[in-house]
Amino acid sequence: MTPKKTKNPCCLGIESTADDFGVGISTFNGETLANARSPYVPSEGGIHPREAARHHAETASKMLEEAFKKAQAKPRDVSVIAFSQGPGLGPCLRTGATVSRALASYLGIPLVGVNHCIAHVEIGKLKTGARDPVTLYVSGGNTIVAAFDSGRYRVFGETLDIALGNCLDVFARAVGLHQEASVPFGAVVEKLALRGEELVPLPYTVKGMDISLSGLLTAASNLSEEDEHKLEDVCYSLQETAFSMVTEVTERALAHTEKEEVLLTGGVAANKRLQSMIKAIAEEHDAKFCVVPSEFAVDNGAMIAWTGVLAYRHGLVTPIEKSFVKSRWRLEEVEVPWVR
Amino acid sequence: MGEIKLPLLFKKGAEATLYLADWHGRRVILKKRLSKKYRPAKLDEQIRVYRTIHEPQLMNEAKRAGVSTPTIFLIDVENATIIMEYVEGRQIKRLLGVVSRDERERLCVKIGEMIGRLHEHGLIHGDLTTSNMILNSDGKVFFVDFGLGEKNSELEARGVDLHLMKRALESAHFQFADECLASVIRGYSRVLRGTALRGVLDKIKEIERRGRYVAERKERN
Repeated sequence: MTPKKTKNPCCLGIESTADDFGVGISTFNGETLANARSPYVPSEGGIHPREAARHHAETASKMLEEAFKKAQAKPRDVSVIAFSQGPGLGPCLRTGATVSRALASYLGIPLVGVNHCIAHVEIGKLKTGARDPVTLYVSGGNTIVAAFDSGRYRVFGETLDIALGNCLDVFARAVGLHQEASVPFGAVVEKLALRGEELVPLPYTVKGMDISLSGLLTAASNLSEEDEHKLEDVCYSLQETAFSMVTEVTERALAHTEKEEVLLTGGVAANKRLQSMIKAIAEEHDAKFCVVPSEFAVDNGAMIAWTGVLAYRHGLVTPIEKSFVKSRWRLEEVEVPWVR
Repeated sequence: MGEIKLPLLFKKGAEATLYLADWHGRRVILKKRLSKKYRPAKLDEQIRVYRTIHEPQLMNEAKRAGVSTPTIFLIDVENATIIMEYVEGRQIKRLLGVVSRDERERLCVKIGEMIGRLHEHGLIHGDLTTSNMILNSDGKVFFVDFGLGEKNSELEARGVDLHLMKRALESAHFQFADECLASVIRGYSRVLRGTALRGVLDKIKEIERRGRYVAERKERN
């Protein structure tokens, strides 16, 4: 299983941890040649893992075709296959893993299992030029403050219950907001919050470096039911309170680690208000503020491809028999020899 | 406030700035909670006022529970400033890596006992990290920074408090986190015993299982 000798060695990455199925192609130099993505949009409610997995299985070949077309490449041009091995929803992960194993076996090339959270950090570093940041990774499934120390990314703070994106999504559904096609719920809340004026007191829960969002979600959802406040004000208050909490713990990690960069990544990184808060603390500590471009902020295949390149170049491959998915794989469990 | 002489920047934290100063012939720490531009003014004021009032209360209560904390001299709510005793010593964070294994064990058992006493008296520290613990020249350990603390006797709060201690050890002292944690729990169990102790230990496991992608949960699946 040696990589094919091609002019431009590249890695194909498959992402399928939750509601998005993505195929990305990255050269070994970090150039993104393709980043095809297909989101599963539930007809109602949240993500049903089995339904999302079915969507991934149905869309996989189309996304692969799209990626190859975009990259102007053929399957034989690929040297390595990388896939999101975890953390995430079991059925979704297994679908991506199956596609990846099939491709690697068929093409006779190595397979690399990638940690999804690390991929979010690595693509952020690649696209923004950050070298050694404190990272705030906020998405529908994760809320983590991490920074590199002694061979691994260490978790300095995280949510004790639900993720920030999840909090916004569930709130939006609870108050009956409607999701327009390809507009995430977070963006709907953000838009309403812009018109909010009055800050309604809501639970602010910071515990050490960790935060808790479930009480805030319940309180905000109940507020809107009471109908005494404008929905815009509730959206505004929810955002201000939740974002202040993540910003406070990020600032504490920054003060503690004395790093010189702050990287904002993950789906919620697209929120302009959150960006402005994190930028403010970066400036306060003379650190550089970096935010990942929105195409690479959401779950995507390009980040898996790039992290696959980093791992592969350091001799890390995943034999097929060890390529089972790890739905609860923490990022600090992973050695990252490519970070000095 | 009286005359404050020679305020010297002592430590710029994320939440507050500490100054070392001379106040009525004493060396004191001035802790000033800073206004944060990133959050709305109303929320900012709520948080600063709340913490400025509650921190000294908790520190006094901790003393009653037999846990050493800096003595509070003055609270200025309007300026979100607390004047307190300056504890001369070294942060446990800086010590754990340089002392002998036996000394490390002794310190961690002691810390565990102190956490136990806080919990026994219905107090939660809220930010148990080794940078918030100081060993003075008399060999006494002081707990500082109760800004995120609360009065709470529920198992949940106690469990989260110890879980934070564990997390702090894992991130700042990962080489001997397990050993330190075992000692902390040993000290803790000298104070809280029986069903109270079992309740808290079970709670920690439950909190971790509830947490994201943890080993315990992986094993169970």
